Amino acid sequence: MPAPVTGAHPAVRPRLILDGPGREGRADYERRGGYRPGLDGQDLVTAVTEAELRGRGGAAFPLGVKLGAVAGRAGEHVVVANGEEGEPASVKDRWLLRTRPHLVIDGALRAASAVAADTVYVYVSDPAAARSVRAALAELGGLPAGVEVWEAEPGYVAGEETAAVNAINGRPAKPSDKPPRPFEEGVRGLPTLVSNVETLANLPGIATGADPGTGTFLMTLGGACAQPGLYEVPFGITLGEAAESLGGLGGAPRGYLMGGYFAGLLNGRRGHGLPLDYDVMAAEGSGLGCGSVTVLGPADCPAGVAAQLLAYFARENSGQCGSCFNGTAAMAGVAAALAQGFAGDPEIERLHSWCQSLPGRGACGTLDGAVNIARTLLREFPADVDAHLRGRCARCAGTDFAALTVPFAAAPDAITPDLVNTEEAVL
Amino acid sequence: MKIKIDRTMCDGFGKCAEHAPTVFSLDEWGYASLAASPDVPDELEPAVRRALLDCPVDAIVERQA
Repeated sequence: MPAPVTGAHPAVRPRLILDGPGREGRADYERRGGYRPGLDGQDLVTAVTEAELRGRGGAAFPLGVKLGAVAGRAGEHVVVANGEEGEPASVKDRWLLRTRPHLVIDGALRAASAVAADTVYVYVSDPAAARSVRAALAELGGLPAGVEVWEAEPGYVAGEETAAVNAINGRPAKPSDKPPRPFEEGVRGLPTLVSNVETLANLPGIATGADPGTGTFLMTLGGACAQPGLYEVPFGITLGEAAESLGGLGGAPRGYLMGGYFAGLLNGRRGHGLPLDYDVMAAEGSGLGCGSVTVLGPADCPAGVAAQLLAYFARENSGQCGSCFNGTAAMAGVAAALAQGFAGDPEIERLHSWCQSLPGRGACGTLDGAVNIARTLLREFPADVDAHLRGRCARCAGTDFAALTVPFAAAPDAITPDLVNTEEAVL
Repeated sequence: MKIKIDRTMCDGFGKCAEHAPTVFSLDEWGYASLAASPDVPDELEPAVRRALLDCPVDAIVERQA
């Protein structure tokens, strides 16, 4: 497989992806228009609302609403710039923090002004990202808000918004049940804005008017494609066009895994024609989530992929909610049995039944993500499911479903090395 | 009365669904979620209050309306 690259769709004038290699320092960032005065406070909340900026962490929640919810509450407020990228198939947040730390800091400071917060936490687990942000902060002085890097243990659930708040409050980085949400009660019990770092990276352009457009997002493209990497992509083009134009597919894909591990599978034919749009994807029973797209090729069996992903959910859930630790284990068991050719119609009926009864029964979205995998395997690949009910699958026969695999994990070091350490080595 | 279940606390005792089966739904392993709105109708409030007091792990919380 070729080394991953960074790039942009041909129709895009990149705002987030840089044209050159290396890590952007303060002077480079300021030359590109960074840290310039712009809208702040309520004016910025209004501008973000009008720009219809939606959260890039996975939930696509309108940032203007979130800003307004925190700003409207009495007393002190806190901002958490969430860079804990728990989704194994996504690399964008680590790339941003490692490569463009000033863009994220600038965005977080503007969010702090919008919600009148005087404390910002940059919440990460990637050590190279933490070093990059600390090095960037050392280049700055006299900030309008205190900015602190907060390092957490990595984990699938550690980037969930209440897990971030719990970690900063000195508890394990595991989700809480809602309500309260962080905007009501967050860090030190204060109203807290938790926002993904890519979302925040859109704020400087909106605040200064330099780049009010929010029409692109960062896509981690991986799996069976000719050129995996991190790409800036316009919303609205089809999944097929994006995958073909970004290095090519090298054959018709069997399917796509959407939004990290969260938004489920699409079969190749249907996925090809769907637009990269939060609402259309949701209406089609899929999602953009964190923006990652993993291509399943001829060597990938959808049933085997689903079994591996469900095994991951069964292993990596936080072990808190009974419906989740039981439900993910049960679905993983049936999916592995199906892939290995031991499942029958009663098992498939149980899988269908869990897909109906389990969504929404966890404190966070982990159980829903697992259900999305099971539900979309059944919906998008009925012929493959059927074939596994009738006999052994040659591709799955060689797979160890009990192995601790992290399928299609992105490789941040291959996309952007630990640039701070490299610079220090040069010095 | 307005309630929530903290699903991270629930240990699947199922007392809540015995007292107020229309308010609390159990999954097939016995773990509870709210079956309907967190706003409890007045006529169900006595049963929900018993469920709240009977929950061995205090997973049911009364919220400010």
